Amino acid sequence: MAAIIELDSISKHYGPVVGVNHVDLAVEDGEFLTLLGPSGCGKSTLLRMIGGFEVPTAGTIRIAGADVTAAPPQQRDVNMMFQDYALFPHMTVGKNITYGLERKGIKGTAARDKAEAALELVGLSGMFERHPHQLSGGQRQRVALARAVVREPKVILLDEPLSALDAKLREQMQVELKHMHEKLGITFLMVTHDQTEALVMSDRVVVMEAGEIAQDGTPEDLYERPATPYVANFIGTTNFLSARVVARGAGLVTLEAGNQKLKATDVMPLGGQAIGQIGIRPEKMQILKDTECRPANVLPGTVVETIYQGLALRTVVRISSGEEVLVDEMLRQGMLHSDHPRAGDPVALGVEPHNILLFGAER
Amino acid sequence: MTLRIIDRIGMGFFLGLPILWIVLFMLVPYGVLLTYSFWIKSYPLFEPAFQFGNYLTLLNEPQYLSVIGRTLKIAVIVSVTALVLAYPFAYFLVFRLKNATIRKVLFFGVIAPLWVSYLLRAYLWKTILGTQGVLNSTLMGLGIIGEPLDVFLYSQAAMVITLTYIFIPFMVMPIYAALEKIPRNLDEASADLGQSSWTTFWRVTVPLSLPGVVAGFTLTFCLCFGDFVAAFLVGGPDGLMVANVITSQFGAALDWPLGSALAVVMLVVVLAIISLSDRFEQRAKVQF
Amino acid sequence: MADIALTRSKPRKPPLSIPKGAADGAFITYASLLLAFLYMPVAILIIFSFNDSRVLAWPLSGFTLDWYRTLFANADLLEAVGNSFYVATLSTALALCIGIPAAMALHRFAFPGKALFRRLLLLPIALPGIVTGISMLNFFNLMGFNLNLHTVVLGHATALLAVVVIQVFARLQRLPRSLEEASSDLGANALATFWYVTLPNIKTAIVGSGLLVFVLSFDEIPVTFFLTGRDNTLPMYIYSTMRRGVTPEINAVGTLLILFSVVLILLAAFLTRAPGRKR
Repeated sequence: MAAIIELDSISKHYGPVVGVNHVDLAVEDGEFLTLLGPSGCGKSTLLRMIGGFEVPTAGTIRIAGADVTAAPPQQRDVNMMFQDYALFPHMTVGKNITYGLERKGIKGTAARDKAEAALELVGLSGMFERHPHQLSGGQRQRVALARAVVREPKVILLDEPLSALDAKLREQMQVELKHMHEKLGITFLMVTHDQTEALVMSDRVVVMEAGEIAQDGTPEDLYERPATPYVANFIGTTNFLSARVVARGAGLVTLEAGNQKLKATDVMPLGGQAIGQIGIRPEKMQILKDTECRPANVLPGTVVETIYQGLALRTVVRISSGEEVLVDEMLRQGMLHSDHPRAGDPVALGVEPHNILLFGAER
Repeated sequence: MTLRIIDRIGMGFFLGLPILWIVLFMLVPYGVLLTYSFWIKSYPLFEPAFQFGNYLTLLNEPQYLSVIGRTLKIAVIVSVTALVLAYPFAYFLVFRLKNATIRKVLFFGVIAPLWVSYLLRAYLWKTILGTQGVLNSTLMGLGIIGEPLDVFLYSQAAMVITLTYIFIPFMVMPIYAALEKIPRNLDEASADLGQSSWTTFWRVTVPLSLPGVVAGFTLTFCLCFGDFVAAFLVGGPDGLMVANVITSQFGAALDWPLGSALAVVMLVVVLAIISLSDRFEQRAKVQF
Repeated sequence: MADIALTRSKPRKPPLSIPKGAADGAFITYASLLLAFLYMPVAILIIFSFNDSRVLAWPLSGFTLDWYRTLFANADLLEAVGNSFYVATLSTALALCIGIPAAMALHRFAFPGKALFRRLLLLPIALPGIVTGISMLNFFNLMGFNLNLHTVVLGHATALLAVVVIQVFARLQRLPRSLEEASSDLGANALATFWYVTLPNIKTAIVGSGLLVFVLSFDEIPVTFFLTGRDNTLPMYIYSTMRRGVTPEINAVGTLLILFSVVLILLAAFLTRAPGRKR
């Protein structure tokens, strides 16, 4: 696979404010890449610079090998699906879709046929003569996609494409967009602040923090092996405990954390930084029953409260160091709420060495 | 801001004509106006000079100061009257009226007179207040007065009624717009916090609508201050305004430099009021 | 996890308020009175234009169309009407040609001096017409221009430009930026974007403000007073007849003017309605 978009040390400054700071990124042809981060992390600015709506302060952007850094949007072979869809309110659905074709010189029946095909692709056949205000939110979103797809661009840019939809529809559209990507074979570059969306839809996710790339990897990489506490915290939930290395060797590192000696698999590349804290996902810990065999690490503590979440039960435990940790357990059949330790009960938490994430010192 | 070359060309395209127009037909004429105000009246019109004689005349001859004072007074009274009439109306429309169609119709009913000739709206009151006018004949018909009174027309009260009538839409519009911008739930929040609706009105609604009030007041005041039609029709000698004096300097009195000096005074007053209200609006501005 | 005490600190006092019904009754009465204040005089004007007495006083003496007949026989008046149409048409065209780009520039670009530019553009809204009239009169006098209907047109365009700028700018502000971005994203150059996307979406604001400028120019007095030469516009003609006092002919002209305004208002409402669009 070859890179379809190459960003070379892209920066964007707004006066003294740095929006994007020296970002290097290559988007592979045909992949579904997501830029993920909280608002203000620079992800939308990056997308808008690729679309041509903003000009970088420094750096170069290449699309399919050609330098387009200063080219206006109309000269770029990419199309954007806008957050508010940006459907032209004074045109019919059909006119919206043929608009981009007519600018390319495709007119008349040729344009109409292509537009009908695009509408069919997004499941809106027969909506050609409707006006955008007659459509539901989900339908508008599909029209926006059809309008972008019909021009057969090299890349489709999606700016928070699902944020205007309600939760149920959003879940459905996540899968649908992913299927659309597979069917079309066009590169999709999406921006979102929703971690679930990113994990569900993408081949690759780039997590951004304060205008820089924090981590770049597959959804599984990011969840299982977050590079920094920021990523671990942004994607999923993580318990952080401050830690100190006691001994190191044989692929295992022994740490003192939570007033206990813990063993952890020594795999995290910290770039030479000393280990300062550890992270444990709530679902990677169990509350031990007497009958169970003991895992490698045990943390004793007291239950503070339990929170019923339907699918899972969350238990808040204060461990002996005084730190509070969350433990999530799936509520399978037969496990009743009443069996579970209550507030004030002493418990022991088990965690396996490979489930302990190692991080540098707290910032 | 980084701009592409094409954006710069576009900007020049959009800005060129308006800037040219502003310079040619506003800034340069204002400059000429200022220049003329330093010239001297002489046959047949005037001759160039640089002296403050015209301004000294305005300061020294009591008739000019009293006209300026009267104009200010009338403009203030009209603005206050229009405010007192307009605010409750706008408040009712925005906060009390549930039906959106009726709200639109009533709002439009107050704004529509702007489309009707301004001269005509001043003239209406001349026909009503005149000695042989509608008001006198009505009162006589009702037996309240025995013979026509001439006190209604050609008085400052007639001026105030006429000008308020003419300019009230300018007061309603910005107040209505400001009230409409206030989120409705603030009212509910205030009630929820245990405030009476009276307190809510004074502590929440009024402060948030102040920018609209200031805008309406500014507009009404400035337009009143420069009006000469109402005074011409219903004012009489007692209702003479600055603008009437200016017109006579450019007409019968043929003293353009003095008239220009008066116009400069008017321009300065208006600019001062506008920048004051701007400053006030900046401070009162709230983001929702 | 933190326990938020959900206890209320104090029982709430019921808000003191005037019963809703009574207050609304008062408001409705008030609104009616205000509208009566605005429209009664207009009604009186119209009624007396059909009254067959030269004196505008009760009681009405009889119905006549004489005053209207006099109007249509009055050549000066008809010429003034023609002049007013001429002036209003040209001023409207000019105000739109300058006002639309100005509003676009205010909306689209950041440039040094923007605040001053904006303030100057909008100044004539609050600036009495007499100042515009006199300063332009002085300017034309200095340049040695003769006063005629075209100097009036320049004056009107200057005074009424702000009406266009305000309305078009307000519409542009409500137009999502993403529409224009989407257009260029779909391959349109700046001109095509303006023509196919921006213009259709601000069309009603342009039509609405254009009609308002037309009406205001048609009725304009203070600027015209100083900038007209020998030719009279309709309001100037009426103004000069008013020197002679109140006459039923003026009532008849006035009634026709009001009718004309009503037609334009309806036209504006018709042309600016958003067909089937929910906003």
